[in-house]
Amino acid sequence: MNSLLTIEHLSKTFTLYNLDQQIEAAADVSLHVNEGEFIGITGKSGSGKSTVLRCIYRTYLPQKGTIRYQSAAYGEVDLASAPDRVMIDLRKREIGYVSQFLNVMPRTTARELVTQALLEMGKDPQQAAGETERMLDHFELDSKLRDSYPATFSGGEKLRLNIARAMVKRPRLLLLDEPTASLDHASKVKVKTLIEQLMHEGTTMLGIFHDLEFMEGLCSRQYHMQDGRFHEGGTPEAAGRFLRDQKV
Amino acid sequence: MIQSEQPMISVQHLNKQFGPGCPQCMNPGSRKLYKNFCTVCHTVYSCQDVSFDLYPGEIIGVVGESGSGKSTMMRCLYFDQEATSGEVYLQAYKDGSRNLFAESTQQKRYIRNHLMGKVYQNPMLGLRMDFTSIGNIAEKMIAAGSRRVSEMETRGMELLEKVHIPIHRIKEAPKHFSGGMQQRVQIAKALSNRPPVLLLDEVTTGLDLSVQASVLDLIKALQRELGISIVLVSHDLGVVRMLADRTLVMLDGRVVEEGLTDQILEDPQEAYTQQLVHSLL
Repeated sequence: MNSLLTIEHLSKTFTLYNLDQQIEAAADVSLHVNEGEFIGITGKSGSGKSTVLRCIYRTYLPQKGTIRYQSAAYGEVDLASAPDRVMIDLRKREIGYVSQFLNVMPRTTARELVTQALLEMGKDPQQAAGETERMLDHFELDSKLRDSYPATFSGGEKLRLNIARAMVKRPRLLLLDEPTASLDHASKVKVKTLIEQLMHEGTTMLGIFHDLEFMEGLCSRQYHMQDGRFHEGGTPEAAGRFLRDQKV
Repeated sequence: MIQSEQPMISVQHLNKQFGPGCPQCMNPGSRKLYKNFCTVCHTVYSCQDVSFDLYPGEIIGVVGESGSGKSTMMRCLYFDQEATSGEVYLQAYKDGSRNLFAESTQQKRYIRNHLMGKVYQNPMLGLRMDFTSIGNIAEKMIAAGSRRVSEMETRGMELLEKVHIPIHRIKEAPKHFSGGMQQRVQIAKALSNRPPVLLLDEVTTGLDLSVQASVLDLIKALQRELGISIVLVSHDLGVVRMLADRTLVMLDGRVVEEGLTDQILEDPQEAYTQQLVHSLL
């Protein structure tokens, strides 16, 4: 199998100057993701899961380590040190990120929000409009809501829109930061269907989920994090063992 | 591919000082200043070695406290003030082969009239308050070589409509307008010569929220529909977050940090940037 993402010895420490504090959020994290895999990261809150995802997306700048990503357009890119412009382009075309929170553009309707994501990639407006409708249909977003502002949506509706926006691009690599945390069961099922569909189409995913049952059928492998490190050196087998113990 | 792309405007080692300088502050490497001020000869170093590239269709944000040199940088780029040293290259002018600062006054005027637009924080600087609004636009178009009244009228109406100035008020002078309307007339004026580069200096500061919203929506639409490259100076981190992909942080005339806007806001590296970001409500 071809590898898509290889993280080696990634460390992230936050230096807070005004409090004169250093916070080590991730230490010596190594991780390997093959093309088409769905990797789950588990761990308590505060264990550094999101930090790892954000370092991959460059919302955080890591101090040490490399994040080697095999891009379709650029070949191998180290996301820890790639130029900003390359990062912006990769975010538009190849790497998606879904968090628990929807960062909405004010005064942009739900439909526009999803369409814009496609237009950024260079799709033509007609095609973008069609794909937007299909995606919103899938998530059963009420047709009345599509032309209103997401700021007025309920938590679940916002989240579904958020996921729709990231998934409509069919990114090469999708980072999921607890996207299902506040969804009802029916919505979770929809997200799951879509994840399966995207996997089928070849999207590689790296996700954080608290919902172990949700992950169960999907994950190719799992990593477990504790205090900024991967449990037992991060072998997937160890994580699996750990999870089974937890459940009992 | 991004890597082969040429910057629309490339600013290299821009310096601007007010004052003659003295042995204590002449040498950039060993300069001893209180903030940007030399305590011996009272020279102010407003811009120190500022460099950045702006790419086609990109909005770059510039943030920093008052007096950090943001507006001085913008004034130098628009030739309102003469830079002390440095180079700037514009892709739309002779394929970016000439340093604009070294061009003749005549050429600088050409560049300003044909290839750039600027919106000032203070509409007094950007508009002739006693002319009509459409006359203000015509003024810029005449400077850019336009001579046909009908053409100027059509373009002026089209632009003023775009910035939501009611048609029945376009022959009124901006001095009768509210601050927000003046700002929008300024934007229309700056756009009249279809510039590839737009310099926006604190365009939304002092506007009420609803007007601010319509100005921001307008800027976003301009970038999206016309592909204009924009340098956006603002105090307001929310404005920068909404509009800019990349951001520069300035302090005491220097660029202390630059990066993706969300990275600057979520994971600021410098002490000053952290202080700035944590000041956000």
